[in-house]
Formats: sequence, structure tokens, C-alpha cells
Amino acid sequence: MNDKLFVIVDYGMGNIQSVLNAFAHLQCRAILSQAERDLEKADAIILPGVGAFGEAMSHLRELGLIKALNRNVLKRKKPFLGICLGMQLIGLDSTENGKYEGLGWIPGHVRLIAVPGGWKLPHIGWNEIRITGETPLFESIQNDFNFYFVHSFQMECADRYVVARCNYGVEIAAAVQHENIFATQFHPEKSQENGLRLLRNFIHQVQARERRLC
Amino acid sequence: MLKTRLISCLVLRNNVIVQSIGFRRYLPVGGAGISMEFVAQWDVDEIFLVDITATKESRKSNRDLIASVSKNCFVPLTVGGGIHDLEDIKIAIRAGADKISINSEAVRNPAFITDASRRYGSQCIVVSMDVKRDESKKQHEVFADSGKAATGLEAVQWAKTVEAHGAGEIFLNSIDRDGMKNGYDLEVLRRVSEAVSIPVIACGGVGVMAHFVAGVLEGRASAVAAANIFHHTEHSTIVAKAYLRNAGIPVRLNTAAKYAGFSFDD
Repeated sequence: MNDKLFVIVDYGMGNIQSVLNAFAHLQCRAILSQAERDLEKADAIILPGVGAFGEAMSHLRELGLIKALNRNVLKRKKPFLGICLGMQLIGLDSTENGKYEGLGWIPGHVRLIAVPGGWKLPHIGWNEIRITGETPLFESIQNDFNFYFVHSFQMECADRYVVARCNYGVEIAAAVQHENIFATQFHPEKSQENGLRLLRNFIHQVQARERRLC
Repeated sequence: MLKTRLISCLVLRNNVIVQSIGFRRYLPVGGAGISMEFVAQWDVDEIFLVDITATKESRKSNRDLIASVSKNCFVPLTVGGGIHDLEDIKIAIRAGADKISINSEAVRNPAFITDASRRYGSQCIVVSMDVKRDESKKQHEVFADSGKAATGLEAVQWAKTVEAHGAGEIFLNSIDRDGMKNGYDLEVLRRVSEAVSIPVIACGGVGVMAHFVAGVLEGRASAVAAANIFHHTEHSTIVAKAYLRNAGIPVRLNTAAKYAGFSFDD
């Protein structure tokens, strides 16, 4: 059993149980929580989420978690993994059902995917990613690079943050990374072996960080 | 490139996985946990678990069962049956479902689709349509309550309505073809797929692997689903993928299994 504490932020949005199941399967001490004190205790923070951007931000605000997230991820540099909507929330803003401000950790704008005519939205299913930047997230994944996506909006940001892309009529940022901040537009918890491998790579980052601090 | 999804449909009746034939006869397969474990470890891209007796018995979907099957399910899991309000959706998602399928309640109250997709995002909300061909009118009618209740709704029109209400996907099942092994109802599949811009999942009637290929190429489905053919047939999901790939359809190949040389059921 891994002794590090992985806190999955439970802010009332989406399939968080699936994320907990995946970390449990990987023998991690993972909990679902919406308590500020758990973010303080966490060794790593996971922000999952499926749903609408504006509603997600207002839940985080109502729960009083925004300051704690900023403090633990930006200041204390705890490893962070955003998944799907959790990736979008770290951008500056979104135009989903209006205009909403995000956490602003990565200077990106969340916009409806500008698919060519005839392409269906949401972008649902297994799509192949290309690794476009330095990242430990995809270590040991070979041959098959399919991950499960389900989204209509995507993060538009500078190339230097994007570590993987996929194509769905247009280029889509599949994963971003900035220092201790990792995020994937796809769902690693639902991408079978590849997804579990990615989560394991994230867990290794958390363990390596502790060793560096010792 | 986005892959064509192969979906395994698990039909739950009184908490037992069954093979369904014409929405009338049911052959027991076994416990949900075992069935789930098999398909989740094969090459299936998604699992669709539908409880066909939940609505009839006016009970909610089985939270404990969803929780136990989702525990080791690392592909997307859609849960349907007995979903009538936002609380039901919340319970199913909390138990481990990734997407929710609404059928009878969507017919009774289309605004529910809108409420659900506003709350959980349209990508989370699948609307299931059980359709039956009406020979006299040369069109298809939608049936609610596990194929028991005629609704008077025409299939293509209803598909457009659910899309307009915010459905993220349509799961299109043919009552006539259910368990008949004579292939998807390609006519309604194609008409619905071409009428909406959300993904359409084909279901009902797969008897040989070539039917999956026809569902994609002729029926224009975004994803192909089946239930009965995946039971009692070892590695049938892998054979299905081999067929799709040999027809030039992009699929995700993930296991160590060899995909070449499958042709035994023609």
C-alpha cells in the first residue's frame, strides 16, 4: 500500500467514484473529500469532473475550496491531476453556457470544439493521442495510444503547455502540464490499461517528489 | 483518429443478466459481476448495463449492484433502467456509472432530458429508443416501458427531439430484431444517424460478426452494440474487432490477442 494520501476533490460533479475505483485498484490511499482540511493533508490532489464549467466553479466557490486549491497546488506545489472538466477548470475562462472564470493556473481558454461540418459533438470515444511535449505521464505506454474522450469543449492554450494532442477534425489538447500541474482531457480512469498506466506514472511523480524533499 | 466503439450490452432482469429475445423471452446468463468481469477484460470499449425490470417494478436502479460491477470496470459504464429524476441519476453516478441512459421517462417528460444534461452535461445523458417497424406506414414507432407501451412517436422525429432537448447520445434498439440474429435494422439506423448530429449507438439483432460492419458502413452508426452474441462465446468481442478492422473501420486493439484469421462464423 502506498502511504501517500491522494485527495479526489468531491464537489458534486461527475463520475468521481470511477476515479476513486481506479486509485484504489492501484493500491493507493485515496479519498473523496470536499473538506479544506483534507486538501491541506493531501500529498496529491485530483480534480475530476464531468459536467458544466460554470456550475463546477460555483460549487468549488460555495465549498470554499478555491483558496485551498490555490494554496496547495500553486504555493505548496503539490502534484495535481485534473481530469476532463478538471483540466478545463484550470484554464482562465470558459464560454460554456455563458462566460465563466476558471482557476487560471494555465493561461488557456475553454471553447467549444470547432469541428468541421458533419462532425459530431460531443467528441465521444477512443482516440489516439500524439505526445508533443516532455512529460512523465505516458512513460511505458507503447504501440497503442488510445484514450477515452468525452467532451464538447476543449482548452485552447500555448503549445508549451500541451504535452499531448489528438485529432478530431481539429487539433485538440489531450494533456497539458506545467510544473506540478498535470491534466488530461481524456479519462484515464476509463481508458483501461493505458489509463491505469498513466495514473501509475502520476503516482510515481508523487512518490518521487517526497523523496526529493527528504 | 476516433475509433468506432464496440459496446457490450448487459441486460439485467431481476438482478440476473439475461439474453433477450424480441423483448418477450429471456434466457438467464448469470450474475452481473462475472459477466462484467469478462467483457471488461476483453476488448470491449464500453459497457451498457440496463435493468429492464426497474421501471416496471417502480423501483430505483440497484445502487449496490452498480457499485460492485463498476469497481473493476475501467472502461466507460452506462447505466439505464429505473431512471426517473435527477436524484436517480445522482445515485447511479455516485455508485460508479459514467453515463446514464433514459428511456421511458424521456418519453413521458422530455424536459427531464434538458434538466439532466444541464446538471450533468449532455455527454453524460444517453437517450435510449426502442423502436418497432410499422409496415403500413413504412416508418418506425418508439415504444416505452421495455417495449410494452406504444407512444405514437415516429423514430426519426423523436431522435431530433431528444437531440434538441440536450441528449448526448442515442442508443437505438430494434424490438423486431432483438434476439433474432438477422442483423441491425439498417433502415431506421441510417435514417436516425443521418438526422442527428449526436452519436448513435446501434443495438438489436447481431447474429454474425459481419452485422457489426454493416451497422457502421451502411447504418452509419457511431458505435455498435450487442448483448446476446457476447454471451457463451469466448473472446467474441475480439472476433468482432477483427471483423471491423478487416472491413477498414478504425478500432482500438488493446489485448495481446491476435486479430488476424478470424472467419469461423460465415
